[in-house]
Parts: sequence; C-alpha cells; structure tokens
Amino acid sequence: MTKIKFLGALMAALVFLALFGCSKKEETPAAETPAAAPKAAATPIDKSTVGSVSGSAKFSGAKPKPTKIDMSQDPACAKKGENTVETIAGDGDNLANVFVYVKDGLGSRTFDTPTSPVTLDQQGCRYHPHVLGVMTGQTIDIKNSDETTHNIHPTPANNREWNESQPPKGADLQKTFAREEILLPVKCNQHPWMKMYINVVKSPYFAVTGKDGKYEIKDLPPGDYTLEFVHEKLGKMEQKVTVAAKESKSGVDATFKPGGAAGGQ
Amino acid sequence: MGPSSLRTSGSKRVNSPLLQCAVSKRTEFPLRPQLPTSTHDRALHGFAVALAGCTLLLLVAGALVTSNDAGLAVPDWPTSFGSFRMPVMVGGVKYEHGHRLVAAFVGLLTIVLAVWTWLRDGRRWMRVLSVAAVVGIVLQGVLGGLTVLNFLPPAISTAHAVLGQTMFCVLAMLALFTGRGWRNDPVAPLAPADAARLTLLSTLLVASLYLQLIFGAAFRHVWTKWGPHAAARMAGSDIIQWFLIPHVVNAVIVTALIVVTTLAVFRRAPQNPQLRRPAIALHVLLLTQLLLGFAAFLTRVVWQMDTPQPLVPLVLSTVAHLAVGALLLATAVVLAIQIRRASPIARESEHVGTAAREAVTA
Repeated sequence: MTKIKFLGALMAALVFLALFGCSKKEETPAAETPAAAPKAAATPIDKSTVGSVSGSAKFSGAKPKPTKIDMSQDPACAKKGENTVETIAGDGDNLANVFVYVKDGLGSRTFDTPTSPVTLDQQGCRYHPHVLGVMTGQTIDIKNSDETTHNIHPTPANNREWNESQPPKGADLQKTFAREEILLPVKCNQHPWMKMYINVVKSPYFAVTGKDGKYEIKDLPPGDYTLEFVHEKLGKMEQKVTVAAKESKSGVDATFKPGGAAGGQ
Repeated sequence: MGPSSLRTSGSKRVNSPLLQCAVSKRTEFPLRPQLPTSTHDRALHGFAVALAGCTLLLLVAGALVTSNDAGLAVPDWPTSFGSFRMPVMVGGVKYEHGHRLVAAFVGLLTIVLAVWTWLRDGRRWMRVLSVAAVVGIVLQGVLGGLTVLNFLPPAISTAHAVLGQTMFCVLAMLALFTGRGWRNDPVAPLAPADAARLTLLSTLLVASLYLQLIFGAAFRHVWTKWGPHAAARMAGSDIIQWFLIPHVVNAVIVTALIVVTTLAVFRRAPQNPQLRRPAIALHVLLLTQLLLGFAAFLTRVVWQMDTPQPLVPLVLSTVAHLAVGALLLATAVVLAIQIRRASPIARESEHVGTAAREAVTA
C-alpha cells in the first residue's frame, strides 16, 4: 500500500510539474531593444542637394491566373467574399508588391528612427499591406479589423521570433524589429492563407510598388547607389544608379520574368 | 498444447497443480518463473484496446495540426489564450486545441489503465510497463508544450512526433499483454535456428521503421517550419536532400525487410498464428503506405508549391501516411514480441524446473 501511495504521489508531482512547471510564454514582450551600443546621432543631410529615384517594376510574359483562396474554415472570413492570392499582382504587366531599397552606397551614414509608426492591418482575413517596409526600431502598429481572432507570427532569420493572438477588434499591438532583414515572413496560424512580408532596413530610402508597379525614393543624397528590387516569388535583382545633386532620376525599372528576375533598364 | 510439450529438459516433472501452473507460464513475457497471476480481466483488456485506438486518433489529431499548418494557432501553453476555458473552435484553433483535448483525454485514460493494471494484474512487469506508459504520456505532453513555447523548433517537434508513435506502440503492447490470447493460447515454439533468424529480422525491421519515422517526422517539421512555404530559411531542395531522400531510401530497406521477414515467418512458422497474423497485416499496411507515401510526396512537394494554403488532398494523404506508418511500426513491434515469445527458452525452462524442484523440497 505504501508503494501505491508513493507512486501515486510521484505521478501527481509529474503531472503538476508538466502543467505548471513551464512558465507561460510571454504574451506581450517589451519592445525590441537592440543588442548593439546606443545608436549614433543621425548623419546630417544637406536638404538642398537631395534628389530622388523613381521607376517601375514589370512582369515579363503572361501572369499566371490568380489562385483562389478557400476561406471556408472560418465563417467570419468566408462571408467576405472571393479572394485570390496576391503573389504576382498588379495592373497589366505592372508588378505590385516589389520592395525597392538602397542596398549600398550610403556608406556609414546613420538615420533617425521615425517616431511615427507604420500600420499593418488584418482586414477581410488578409494582411494590408502585403509587403511592408520599415526601419530598424520603428514601431509597427498591428490592428485587427476583423470579427475573428488572428494570430501574428513573424518567422525571422535575424530578429526575435514571436507569436501573439489578437481578438476581434482587439487592442493594437506595437512591435519593432531591431535588425535588418529582407523578406521577413509573417503568417497567421489561424488562417493559413494569410501571409505577408516585412522588410526591415536601416535607412529611410525604400518603397513598395503599388498596382501600377511604380515606386519613388525621395530625399536621396547625391551619390552612387545600388538599388535592390525584391519580390517574394520572383527573386531579387540589383541596379546601379548615380544620383546627382537635386536630380530626379526616373526610369530606373526592373523587369521580372517567371522563374526569376530578368533585368533592368 | 500442455506443459508436457514444453521444453523443460533438465527439469523434473512435478505433480503439484500450483507448480504445474508455474511451469506453464512459459508464455509469459519476459519468460521467468512466476506465481500464478490473476485471471484474465476482459474489461481491462477491452479498456486497453480502446485506449490504443484513442491513441491512434490522437496521432491523427496531431497530424492534422501540422498538415493544416496550425501548430501555433493557440500561442500559449498549457493555457489556451490565457485561460483553461474552451476557445472558439474556428480556423487553426480547431485543430490545435482539438489535439490538446484529445491528448488530455488519452492522458487521463492512461492513468486509469495504470491504476487498473496495478489493482488487477499481478504481473510485476505489466505494472511497471503501465507506469512507464503514464510517464511517457506526461513527457509527451511536456514536449508538446515545449514545441509551442519555442515556436515549433523542428528538433522538438520531431521528438514529439517520434515519442507519440512510441507511446502508441507501448499502449498496443499493453493491449496485447492483457488479452486472453497472450495468457492462454499455446505458442508453437520455434526451432533455435529459426528463432535466431526471425529475431534478427524482426529487430532489424523495428529499427528500420524507427529510422523511417525519424526521417519522415524530420522532413515534415523542417519543411513546415523552414521550408519554402514557411520561413524560407532552407531551400526546398536542401530539405529534400537531407530528409526526404533518406526517408525514401530507407523505405526501400523497410520494404525489403518486411518481405524477407514475413516470408521467413510463413516458411519457418506456418503453424504459428500469433506470428502469421501480424505478418499478413504488415504486407497489407506496406502496400497502403507506399501508395500514401507517393501521394504525400505529390501533394506536399510537387503540387503544394503554388497553393496559398494546405489543400484537402495534401492534408488527407499526409495524415493517412502518418497513421498507417504508426500502425506499421506497432505491428512490427508486436511481431517482434511474438517471435521472442516463441523462441526456445532452454535456459528459462531450466530455471523454471529449478524453482519447481526447490518448491517440492520445501
């Protein structure tokens, strides 16, 4: 009988340990704190000399027919109507959701982190926008405008991974990413079709093409730069560009083709 | 087949019913001389069988979580969205929380089985095995929690998958050992050479199936966590090279071992239904599993590349492939146990005879 009591107590202890020994995962971690030394003051930029770069991203060839998304597993999503993937999207041969940024040429310049947040909304069981650009340390204000619970789960390679749920019309989440990372995937484990990409860069010189495929990067100091065009499925391509003082360089385009980038102009 | 047909060479024949009963316990596992145990408990056996069935359902529930990419639909553990209340079961929560509910149920039933075994089964090794099942189930629950808290690291997710199927094997064994057939059905002993060969083959088969399980689980969890449709941390071709190709190559080895082992059973133990039945089952399961494996490859690797979400063919084929894999492993374990049971026990019989002589002297 003593043996039975002992084993019973042992089993109870094991169950207790399993249930309560593991601390609950942090639901609301503090804002990202960069591991590096305190940030240097922003490099002054002569506003009287800045220029801009603009152009468009295009898709060569016939775009694949957009795939429909089946949202029936959540009635709150299904009633929103038909939906299609936005992987290769845009009007005509224009390519939307291409992230364009200055990859090289800024030297050792540092930039102030914007105090205004960027917004990521979950609406119609889709992320808006599908591709987002943000600076390191800049706040992303995450909203849930739907009548269902979403969970936001970034799966970064260079930043801290987290996974949080947001109830219907719940309070906004404020998050930051401390390190540069391109095409950081974000998904919702409640609704597996929900996916978007965050691009975290050190400088404010980036843009995302819209349905018309156009982009513009403003206030760029004169210099020689490498622009990178990044698409989630079609790959990456680079373009060298020289911006003179007060020059508005246009026509810096990129053409992507099925299976990978084709080239620029 | 009575005690007189048993290999008791070197031992005196005893007339005491008690000792006759002890001698006849050569069918117990492990094969040691034991005091007579309690009579067969039909209800306990039925419960053990039902629990093994529920565990298979639990494996299916777990497979649905991964195949539907719902592993983190409930972001916390052991609570669900901060409490123990039932959440709204829609989307991925339906699979993730459903899996947790079934797991809790199976855990509870396993504890009941252990207590019941302690109270009703006099075999010490059975009691130990039933407690081991409880410990295993608790550990499995902890692994499941750890994988959620750490955002599904492939190593922990794979360990969770492997331990899950291991526990299914343990519960299948408990169902086997509580059966009337285990206690009462005579076992045609194998010739020493046959026993040695069958033991080797069945052991190799279990080992290769375990390796198959590890490769398959690793591929599945690396693909869904780091693959091209997920974090895109690892190229699909690399995942295929490191995990899927070994899984396929090992499938060839498993197939060969199943064929060789089962043919050896049919040839060397034709009068032994305890061996023939699992051998036949292995054949049926193997054919099914090969087809499902091909379907899983097509749906996951070939067709899934351009789809925005897991589609029904992918979910069905991968879940079925996992479930049949578990049945294959459990069946191979049962076959190995039955072969061991039918093996010559010259040393054990001598030991039984010695115990019997000592009892007579006393």
